[in-house]
Amino acid sequence: MEYAMPAALSRRNLLCQAGVAGLAAFAAPSWAQSVVNLPLPGGPDERQITTAFPQKGRMILQRTRAPLLETPFEVFDKGVFTPNDEFFVRWHWSVIPTSIDADTFRLNVRGHVERPLSLTLRNIQALPQIEYAAVNQCSGNSRGFFEPRVPGGEWGNGAMGNALWTGVSLKAVLDRAGIKAGAVQVRFNGLDEPTGKDGPDFIKSLSVDHARDGEVMLAYGMNGERLPLLNGYPLRLVVPGWYATYWIKMLNDIEVLDSPDTNFWMKTAYTIPDTPHADIKPGQTGVTFVPINELNPRSFITNIKAGAKLAAGEPVPVRGIAFGGDTGVKRVDFSSDGGKTWQATHLGADEGKYSFRQWVTRFTPPAKGDYTLMVRCTNDRDEAQPDQPNWNPSGFMRNVIEATPISAV
Amino acid sequence: MTAKILPIALVVGALVLPSAQAKTRIVLKAVEVEFPQSDRGLPEGPGREVVLSNCFTCHSAGMILTQPPLPKATWEAEVTKMRNVYKAQVDDKDVPAIVEYLTAVKGPK
Repeated sequence: MEYAMPAALSRRNLLCQAGVAGLAAFAAPSWAQSVVNLPLPGGPDERQITTAFPQKGRMILQRTRAPLLETPFEVFDKGVFTPNDEFFVRWHWSVIPTSIDADTFRLNVRGHVERPLSLTLRNIQALPQIEYAAVNQCSGNSRGFFEPRVPGGEWGNGAMGNALWTGVSLKAVLDRAGIKAGAVQVRFNGLDEPTGKDGPDFIKSLSVDHARDGEVMLAYGMNGERLPLLNGYPLRLVVPGWYATYWIKMLNDIEVLDSPDTNFWMKTAYTIPDTPHADIKPGQTGVTFVPINELNPRSFITNIKAGAKLAAGEPVPVRGIAFGGDTGVKRVDFSSDGGKTWQATHLGADEGKYSFRQWVTRFTPPAKGDYTLMVRCTNDRDEAQPDQPNWNPSGFMRNVIEATPISAV
Repeated sequence: MTAKILPIALVVGALVLPSAQAKTRIVLKAVEVEFPQSDRGLPEGPGREVVLSNCFTCHSAGMILTQPPLPKATWEAEVTKMRNVYKAQVDDKDVPAIVEYLTAVKGPK
């Protein structure tokens, strides 16, 4: 099915309508808050807003060291690109360089290659430039909504973002090094280090075929600017359509392996049940776990909050974002009756299959009373969001259809 | 997740802009920043000092403060993971006090 965007629903008009809807939906200006409530079942639901982190604006403080900073959800109503200074931040270890010298920085390419390389940033920027939009989402985004709750970074829905990434293809770099026959994986390491000498360095691997697909990128640009240091300056691996755990920040080492990577961060951490939706029952045994991989489809309402009061009989624009995962958004459907009936929404500009895509529709509460608003993304492979939440012990890959209860008065 | 076989040539052709079209100029230069210190502490309770001296080597209070209520067995598993996997230098003798503290401040109410 096709959803042509009527002229009246161009991006500019979407933004104009956003202003009106924003006024109606948000009683208190969110920019004035110093704390934010994430409605996590069982709590704690209060989080501080911090402006203390370098190159970052207002962020939800999850943890100071190593930094875990969440994007306030209203940011996603501004458009499909998440500003760099509001893009979420997640580090595993707290030993992170606070300065980068762009002249002395080197990216090493070594291991099972014909010609080991030590590349300057100039060397890298001299290679053919590529650019595309892609969603970067933490494996554990929305973990705080899991029931029963699981330990970890207790994120709301803001451990995700979409940026226009600029850089060079990993393939171009690997081709210069010349991968030897028999290579199976390519492993990536950044400048961050374990706190103690024996802790496992954070390293991740992709298959050789994936690494050479021409899409995986060494990004030196994010939304047309340098990356903030906390988002991986000067160089970050971009693995479009895959969870952020693979998007190694401050990337300075690429090692081509001739045997499968069995390091902790591949074999044990960041693994998911090999079941539909990575869903199992708490305590379920006999489950096979595999490394987490492609994103799944999600969609959100961004201009109406849970508990909003709308005027009965008055039409209001309903708007949000969606992403297809490792493929594009085919359609986004809207329900105002808790999922009993659905209607197609209009999709905004297509910024590429790995990008957030805006959607918009109009809703007129027919009478006073309570309504449950829902949106459901179906991707280009006809995979739709499930109507039941998944559960796994690490709190990964949540993509249940979101429900927003509101009332008409 | 099942493996998804995509026609790679098709995907790449549609997506990646050739260099002639991409003109974004990014100037890379020296960057120096400072990270803030945590200004959050831990609630009082038996074992608090043991937690401060052991756990804060790697992470600040936010790691604990944001956790939901979790049963004692989960906290035992977490402390074991921190020691065995992340190699936190925690003495055997300190483990019970850490688990008791976490269960007291972040256990089922």
